Amino acid sequence: MITKVRPHLSPNERLLFERSSPGKVAYQLPKLDVPAVDPGRVLGSENVRADIEGFPEVSEVETIRHFTRLSLWNYAIDHGMYPLGSCSMKYNPRVNELVARIDGLAWAHPYQPERLAQGSMEVMARLEAALAEITGMDAVTLQPAAGAHGELTGILLIRALLEKRGNPRKKILIPDSAHGTNPATAVLAGYTVEPVRSTSAGMLDVAALEGIVDPDVAALMITNPNTLGVFEENIVCVAEILHAKGALVYMDGANMNALMGIARPGDFGVDALHLNLHKTFSTPHGGGGPGAGPVAVKKALEPFLPVPRLRRAGKKWAWDYQRKHSIGRVRAFYGNFGVFVRALAYILAHGGPGLRNVTLDAVLNANYIRKKLEAYFDLPYPAPNMHEVVFSDERQAEKGVRTGDLAKRLIDYGFHPYTVSFPLIVPGALMIEPTETESKHELDQFIDAMIAIAGEVERDPETVRAAPHGTRTSRADEVTAARKPVLRWKSA
Amino acid sequence: MSIYPKNFRYTREHEWVRVDGNTVTIGITDHAQQELGDIVFVDLPKTGTRVEQGGTLGSVESVKAVSDVYAPVSGEVIEINQALATAPEKLNADPHGEAWLVKMRLSATKELERLLSAADYQAYIGAEK
Repeated sequence: MITKVRPHLSPNERLLFERSSPGKVAYQLPKLDVPAVDPGRVLGSENVRADIEGFPEVSEVETIRHFTRLSLWNYAIDHGMYPLGSCSMKYNPRVNELVARIDGLAWAHPYQPERLAQGSMEVMARLEAALAEITGMDAVTLQPAAGAHGELTGILLIRALLEKRGNPRKKILIPDSAHGTNPATAVLAGYTVEPVRSTSAGMLDVAALEGIVDPDVAALMITNPNTLGVFEENIVCVAEILHAKGALVYMDGANMNALMGIARPGDFGVDALHLNLHKTFSTPHGGGGPGAGPVAVKKALEPFLPVPRLRRAGKKWAWDYQRKHSIGRVRAFYGNFGVFVRALAYILAHGGPGLRNVTLDAVLNANYIRKKLEAYFDLPYPAPNMHEVVFSDERQAEKGVRTGDLAKRLIDYGFHPYTVSFPLIVPGALMIEPTETESKHELDQFIDAMIAIAGEVERDPETVRAAPHGTRTSRADEVTAARKPVLRWKSA
Repeated sequence: MSIYPKNFRYTREHEWVRVDGNTVTIGITDHAQQELGDIVFVDLPKTGTRVEQGGTLGSVESVKAVSDVYAPVSGEVIEINQALATAPEKLNADPHGEAWLVKMRLSATKELERLLSAADYQAYIGAEK
């Protein structure tokens, strides 16, 4: 039974190209009352485009309706639960937006002189301090523009420190339960990757680790809690093993939504980590806005942080560019400032106890889903889970239904799919992260939908295999699209 | 009957090798194409490229993932399978035959000894599952 109402308008929307009619315009300018200038003469003819072949000519109302209709085909966190595991798709509180639109912040310009940008600089300084406190680290850079960018910055900092000590070393160890971007980061920073297997409990194998940490190892990149949603219980011991051999511990902080206010990476041996403000700290995500991946470090890595650094000069804030060990800039200007304002608003609105509640509720919601669904879906790693839970499609696969099919059927029930086929150590993974912002009512609807789909798999697997049925288009032919891509519209 | 020809040698990275005197023909195994799913693009080296055993020979892209193809032996690439550029789907249909990837001139015959027999490879993929 579909309990979630979906007033999903599905008009058969044509492309703007197909609506075009010669001479139609969206806006009419008044008659020119100054002498006409030939753009080719003033800009150089090579810089002037004569015409764009097939450029659509449409009216304003047609344009507005076209894009509004397209927007109705979207699914967003403002429509309902978005249980995409590992992504912390939490609701973005409107107060964040209100604060980010305060004139002095919204219209700040990066070339504004320091004396006129003190408020913006104060926002950044306070955010750095709050993130340092939340993570238990000594210093923070806000520059990286997203999570993977933060990872690269963090590993470059580690490389810089090791180089200064005389040897950048060769390898980065990465558990098979880590985020997929971690190996790419290590390679980009000039390291080779050595994978570390997880135990059957879904945790890092400490004995195996002890055997492979040698003087070539620069760092371990660990995601904690890992992609199974399991907390690495031996993290203190793991960090000691690395540190004893002069290596460092980098933590992918994408899953901080399970730790905030409860445990601090700086207290359990982490030397550097990045945060995803667009995950844990509720700033818009994906197409909704730019991300931010601040990096927090321990004292030893602080001299290498990107320039410029915020510095207190008497009663004012100043930018410090004179830092001889810095790895240099990683981003134009100071990072994605609008995101910082929203994240600080979120942190201050919650306060310490509030952030702790965020974590507790996120963990509670994930465990509620686990408890309700474990009778219907296979749970490959029974270790206690934190903010997300990973099932496998093992039972449904017997009926020929795989995780991707279940996810597509979930669309018919009015929910965005969970994360499909990740982490890779779980064949046919269903990775579900509800976040703290979902009510029990919404969670129950999701659970009912999943249970109903599990029932359909038993009775009528074909319905699930052919889903979605309620959308304007069903399954795209991904294979043909990849083998014979059509990249440009052409008139018939 | 096994689908893995007995006269081929295999790697743990799921390549196969057929030896003809000093020349070897290299491809990916049926197990590899099954795991990858529908293959949409094949990237092969230029002829004349020299590769070390275990080095990257090229890559195979499916709807799910891009995977490197590793050289099972060291040597020089002397021919590539041009047909795969326009018909990558052949790798799904006939991975051990028509859809070979490259031919190489072998530089060290001894390296072949490190490769797996058909029976060993089948035991290996059985254990991997």
